[in-house]
Amino acid sequence: MKIEDKKRVLREMVLHRRFEERCYQAYIERKIGGFLHLYPGQEACCNGVMEAARPGHDYVITGYRDHVHAIKCGADPKEVMAELYGKETGSSKGRGGSMHIFDAAKRFMGGYALVGGPFPLAAGIAKAIQMKGGDEIAICFLGDAANNQGTFHETMNMAALWKLPVLFVCENNLYGIGTSIERSTAVIHQHKRVAAYNIPADECDGQDIEVVYEHARKAVDHVRAGNGPFFLELMTYRYRGHSMSDSRGYRTREEEELWKQRDPIFIVRDRLIKEGAMTMADFEALEKETDAYIENEVIKFAEESPEPRVEDLEKYVFADRESQLPWLTGKAA
Amino acid sequence: MANIMYWEAIQRAHDEEMARDPLVICMGEDIGVAGGTYKATKGLYEKYGPLRVMDTPISENGFTGLAVGASFLGVRPIVEIMSVNFAWLAMDQMFNSAAKVRYMSGGQLAAPCVFRSAGGAAHQLGAQHSARMEKVFMGIAGLRVVTPSNPKQAYGLLKSAIRCDDPVFINEHELMYNMKGEVPDGEYFHPLEGSEVARAGTDVTLFGYNISVHWCLKAAEILDKQYGISAEVVDLYSLAPLDRAGIKASVSKTHRAVIAEEDEAPVGVGSEVIAIINEECFFELDAAPVRVHSALVPQPYNHTLEKATIPDHEDVVKAVLKMFGKA
Ligand SMILES: Cc1ncc(C[n+]2csc(CCOP(=O)(O)OP(=O)(O)O)c2C)c(N)n1
Repeated sequence: MKIEDKKRVLREMVLHRRFEERCYQAYIERKIGGFLHLYPGQEACCNGVMEAARPGHDYVITGYRDHVHAIKCGADPKEVMAELYGKETGSSKGRGGSMHIFDAAKRFMGGYALVGGPFPLAAGIAKAIQMKGGDEIAICFLGDAANNQGTFHETMNMAALWKLPVLFVCENNLYGIGTSIERSTAVIHQHKRVAAYNIPADECDGQDIEVVYEHARKAVDHVRAGNGPFFLELMTYRYRGHSMSDSRGYRTREEEELWKQRDPIFIVRDRLIKEGAMTMADFEALEKETDAYIENEVIKFAEESPEPRVEDLEKYVFADRESQLPWLTGKAA
Repeated sequence: MANIMYWEAIQRAHDEEMARDPLVICMGEDIGVAGGTYKATKGLYEKYGPLRVMDTPISENGFTGLAVGASFLGVRPIVEIMSVNFAWLAMDQMFNSAAKVRYMSGGQLAAPCVFRSAGGAAHQLGAQHSARMEKVFMGIAGLRVVTPSNPKQAYGLLKSAIRCDDPVFINEHELMYNMKGEVPDGEYFHPLEGSEVARAGTDVTLFGYNISVHWCLKAAEILDKQYGISAEVVDLYSLAPLDRAGIKASVSKTHRAVIAEEDEAPVGVGSEVIAIINEECFFELDAAPVRVHSALVPQPYNHTLEKATIPDHEDVVKAVLKMFGKA
């Protein structure tokens, strides 16, 4: 990666990290409800892959740990935060919440709460791309535990059979809630599993964005060139608990510390410092600036935004009635 | 008017819509090269090719979800689920993705998919091939459910469902694919909402849908000829939403109601219709509404037992006679 790109991505990753940490605080303050799945520790995965892809152009779909993926695709952090606050200005108008961020205009096709649910949806998006003949690809980010669902196997089979332009990115953070991969999955290296479907696969360190970027570039190129699906496994770690009520009793603090020594943000920062492209003071200033932005714009926007109106409770269940009248009444125009 | 079979009507709707819009596709097990278990997609593979007429692997939840994903980008998939029993495997994608995506995205994404499936008890197919599941589908917010009782409806409902921007589940019946009926020669769109008076009457309303409409019609004939009771038959071709106004209008006229369904009774179409009657016209009733339904057992294989689980026109007649104190 070029120095300029690295500097830009570092800025983005700092935003992603601080955004998530601020969510944690807002949750404690009871401003955010429901389940809240945070991303710190895994930033190099989404950022590395999307640097190799085309955010806003390629279609992205993921699970419930979805704020950063949405923002990386171009969703406005203000709207994402407003969504977490359940506000009408939220990216899903307050109807979705943390696990259901959507920004269709930015081709972020959503976060879904059922583990494994997005696999076939991603293949379907790829099928639509194939039919329409665009140069987009579909990218499906999911965790390792999702691969034990039937949808994983059903989708790998169909994606390979029909050569669909879809990239599966497995963010292997070693845990599905509180169950370690050793205890849930017969094969720890997930990329090996898709060999059974004739899908080319690759694995790499998910902490170092430059490594992710290099591997992702090949994966993205493979899919975009019309060769069908690709499976990329990124070895990573989430710092926080699975969701908010998780005290992480299922893993040791030593293990966590070990992974924090390979922090995806610090890896880039230290490299830029070593290359003389920035100083520690620059980095600290960046963090301060980011926090100020989050506080003064993102949180402020969420706080000040209106609630959805109860009169609109049933809006969005079905398509707008007027536009559907010919089919509802049978009187076609 | 052409006199054609139920399956031919469905095939014709597919063909016309696929010819009109290159984004209409159909998919399911055996629907392509083999032409479909019930011939509903016969000849389409030859005409539209494998990219638009997709023989899927036996992966109900997988290909249903794939259809939903494709519909996000404006593709109009018609998914055939060979038997409604297998739809259990696809319900996650139907209910959690298709039915909810518009809402949970605040109106940004929609899943204009059509899911067609054959339900009902045919002839001794046993417990895992005889399900009736309309009661499950009709309670899902965001999903429309229609259930054609004749070729005209089968044709017109599928045409409307394909054009509609909401996901629609079409509940067909295994015993009806070879039933013949008149279908308009020109394009015809059957309304996705509402109900139809299939036979006018004054003394009692018989509510049916899909195959039970035919029991009701036959029962009405018998009641009229042998007992002098004039029964109105209302065809509830739309189960979600149910036609409140239509139900109220007919019961307000006849003051009595019998609901006939092939499904089991707990939490069924009948319970829902009776709830609507109670809410809309309780004080106009001359008798408590009654359900005719199947027994709550896994469908037995044995022919005699199978017959005993599924109601027919005689059960409808009996229910009416009892209501009138004649049995
Ligand atoms: C179908 C389904 N089963 C169970 C759950 C509960 N659940 C939520 S997240 C999760 C673990 C998933 O882990 P993984 O796929 O590795 O993703 P990660 O959280 O590590 O990013 C489980 C079991 C669910 N949401 N959906």
